[in-house]
Amino acid sequence: MASQKKERRLAFLATALPPIAWVVAFFLAPLAIVWAYSFGQNVSLTEVDISGTFANYARALQPLYLGIFAKSIFVAGITTLLCLIIGFPVALSIVFASERWRAWILLLIMLPFWTNLLIRTYALIAVLRTQGYVNFTLEWFWDQGSWLMTLVGLEPLGDFTPLQLLYNNFAVVFGLVYVHLPFMVLPLYAALDRLDKSLIEASLDLGAGHIRTLFLIVVPLALPGIISGIIITFVPALGAYLTPDLLGGPDSQMIANVIERQFKKANDWPFGAALSFLLMYATFAAIALRVYFTRGKSTDAGHGI
Amino acid sequence: MATRRAPLEYNRAWQMKLWLFVVFFFLYAPLVALVVFSFNDSKRNIVWRGFTLDYYKKFFNNEDLLIAFANSLTIALFATLISLVIGALAGILLWRYRFFGKTAVEGAFTLPIVVPEICMGVSMLLFFTRVLPWPNDLIWPFSLGSIIIAHVSFCFPFVALVVRARLASFNQEQEEAARDLGANDWQAFRDVLLPHLKPALIAGALLAFTLSLDDFVITFFTSGPDTVTFPVKVYSMLRFSVTPEVNAASTMLIVVTIVLMALMMLIQGRGRK
Repeated sequence: MASQKKERRLAFLATALPPIAWVVAFFLAPLAIVWAYSFGQNVSLTEVDISGTFANYARALQPLYLGIFAKSIFVAGITTLLCLIIGFPVALSIVFASERWRAWILLLIMLPFWTNLLIRTYALIAVLRTQGYVNFTLEWFWDQGSWLMTLVGLEPLGDFTPLQLLYNNFAVVFGLVYVHLPFMVLPLYAALDRLDKSLIEASLDLGAGHIRTLFLIVVPLALPGIISGIIITFVPALGAYLTPDLLGGPDSQMIANVIERQFKKANDWPFGAALSFLLMYATFAAIALRVYFTRGKSTDAGHGI
Repeated sequence: MATRRAPLEYNRAWQMKLWLFVVFFFLYAPLVALVVFSFNDSKRNIVWRGFTLDYYKKFFNNEDLLIAFANSLTIALFATLISLVIGALAGILLWRYRFFGKTAVEGAFTLPIVVPEICMGVSMLLFFTRVLPWPNDLIWPFSLGSIIIAHVSFCFPFVALVVRARLASFNQEQEEAARDLGANDWQAFRDVLLPHLKPALIAGALLAFTLSLDDFVITFFTSGPDTVTFPVKVYSMLRFSVTPEVNAASTMLIVVTIVLMALMMLIQGRGRK
């Protein structure tokens, strides 16, 4: 009996120790070091004195860095909003598609998700640059338009000036939407799929139009899923590094780029650590918000019916 | 207007079709263009000048790029194997046992999924320079150790998720039956639980492999001059110039991803039956 108990204990330890040890040693410990560094200061090129100072956080609250934080939140917010507007009809169409089509559309949404982020961002550079596909297409239309104008006896349009689509805030938002669309579509789909379709039919039968049904029935019922989608999209967009780095201009820095600079070029690790933790707190706040909303609303929706 | 559509057949509305078409065009046109222009016989990427495989030849003659590709695959392989063990144990731990501090452990296992990549990247940079400096004169593949460790840390939570989802459908009576018939803990695990977990382990392995292969940000902070991975190498190439060689290299990686995806779906489809 005692040996069996011992064996159980051993089995538990064999299961528990490796993952817990790993997560402590190679995930929590590194984060703890960053946290400790955020209260330190540089004393020489390679040495940091962890003195418990709040100077790094004070510096992070200067208008310059607050501005970058605000801008990151704004850009991530716009991205999320655009993803929601673009993704909602897509999610809806997956729900109402036939079984076969549903699998295909889901696959098509997921596939870019699995394609390397760097490659997708690189693909966008070729689309957006001054000699890229978009400008190429626009030029063609411009020339045709010009030709039409002369045909009806008006002045031609003149030379085509390519649009500056790359290396600015537009490109960053464009890239972020491109990358994060699946993050929005999948939770939306999951929420809409659970929806009782007879409620939509009832609303239509009772004389509400499609738009009214959408906003008064579908959206309120799917609200927990919509909030999930918003936060699942917002969180990675807020911490995006590669997209603003490759597609943005000098004024499109987001918070992750500033953090990277502290660690690589500026060599101010304590300050970078403080910024990292501020970004983490913002992320956690967003996730806590999701837990709060999805918990409250899913029961509300249940009571409503 | 031959037949009026039923009220819920939204997909037959032309607006919906147009919307889907535009969205998929938006998602795929850049990637398709990238692949197509890897075969373009022109240094500049924009006008089609005829078919060539030159850039693939260049890719296969570019030693740096090939080493980076091999590094990426090696890292992904080792990271997958370790993630599989750690992740499966984590999944089983949370499913089977009740213990003090379980919620905290559960939180710690999901944290790597939600922590911003950049924060994880800098934490690994700090860890591997100040706490556990990785010797840079180790022989390959041990020189890749620090990157492998970093990758396991963000891959294994995904394996744990998949494993735990699969365990939900496990009938524990099977294991009890095995014990009644005289199996010890290890035998019951090996002969009953493990076979049940097989589809989840395969799916988790492919997931971990893809995640590891795709990662740029965290690797960017952990890799040294001698341990360049494919995405890091492509990134440095992009900094200098945009050439069709990068397109060719990217196409190779896309092909690897699609093959992995297809495998994953095949296995999942089989697991469901």
